[in-house]
Amino acid sequence: MATAVIDSHDPHAGAHPATSTGLNNTKIAIWAFIGSECFFFASLISTYLIYKGRSLVGPFPHEAWTDPSTHQVYKAILNIPITSVSTFVLLMSSLAMVLAHSAVVRGDRKSSKIWLATTALLGATFLGFQAYEFTSFVHEGLTIHTNLFGSSFFILTGFHGAHVTAGVIWLLTLLFIDMKRGLTPDEAINVDVCALYWHFVDVVWIAIFTLVYLIK
Amino acid sequence: MAADHSHSMAHDDHGNAGSHEHTHPDWGTYKWVALILTALTGLEVWIYYLPSFTATKLFVPTLLILSAIKFTIVVMFYMHLKYDAKLFRALFVGPLIIASFIVVGLLFLFNHVKIQF
Repeated sequence: MATAVIDSHDPHAGAHPATSTGLNNTKIAIWAFIGSECFFFASLISTYLIYKGRSLVGPFPHEAWTDPSTHQVYKAILNIPITSVSTFVLLMSSLAMVLAHSAVVRGDRKSSKIWLATTALLGATFLGFQAYEFTSFVHEGLTIHTNLFGSSFFILTGFHGAHVTAGVIWLLTLLFIDMKRGLTPDEAINVDVCALYWHFVDVVWIAIFTLVYLIK
Repeated sequence: MAADHSHSMAHDDHGNAGSHEHTHPDWGTYKWVALILTALTGLEVWIYYLPSFTATKLFVPTLLILSAIKFTIVVMFYMHLKYDAKLFRALFVGPLIIASFIVVGLLFLFNHVKIQF
């Protein structure tokens, strides 16, 4: 049933073994994983949208709220300017990621190190913004236990942040390998797979930014 | 957009085998994609702060369309789905469509979206 597509005389065939599809199995696996992640984030986004506007007590995302028992006023909790900057940072990290992959393909070791480090740094910066946001929310009275908005918001953005954290660790691992012995063009598939994961995390944030932060 | 460069090879940069014509974006394309994504994000934030626009029925559809455009651009150009094998496209777009239907279905189920006859 399985038929090898790669010609045994092909000088590039050593990069991955012959497969019945003619495609790299690692890359098929990451796309299948990304497909399954679509369901994962769709379930979290659904939960957020279903609970949207159904919180009985504040703080609320887009409007101020006065606690009737204490008369304390809670302002709208979401900080759009800060989140816009962190969104820009994540978008730029995707640009750095494609440049890192391109550098590895070309065998440009200096550029690959610079762009891998830049991507990891921008990812870490995004996480810093998220840590700041979570901390300020807790200080302003919104925790995961406060209301339906708090629960669904922290779960959704927290899982996204966990994915970014995994991506940053993955990037730092690639950077370490690149610094230790160098990533060759034959190993570009390893960077490509990491890049696909990283871009997926980016597109999930594109959806979250609109659905959670911008739509009132 | 900047012109793409193409090359024919038995094994390409993305791990695909087989002698087929393959293209992938160059620096110029990546730069333009980044600029467009930044501009669209700026536009989204700008209309968020337009009270006259947020009060209209166009606000939510506009944001959703802008978000969908950004999503598609990243997937097509940064994830190379425009240039890659059809199997990869199927592995991503198939689950994405089903997941989208699940989201919309759940919103109908919980009365967040209503159809008036």
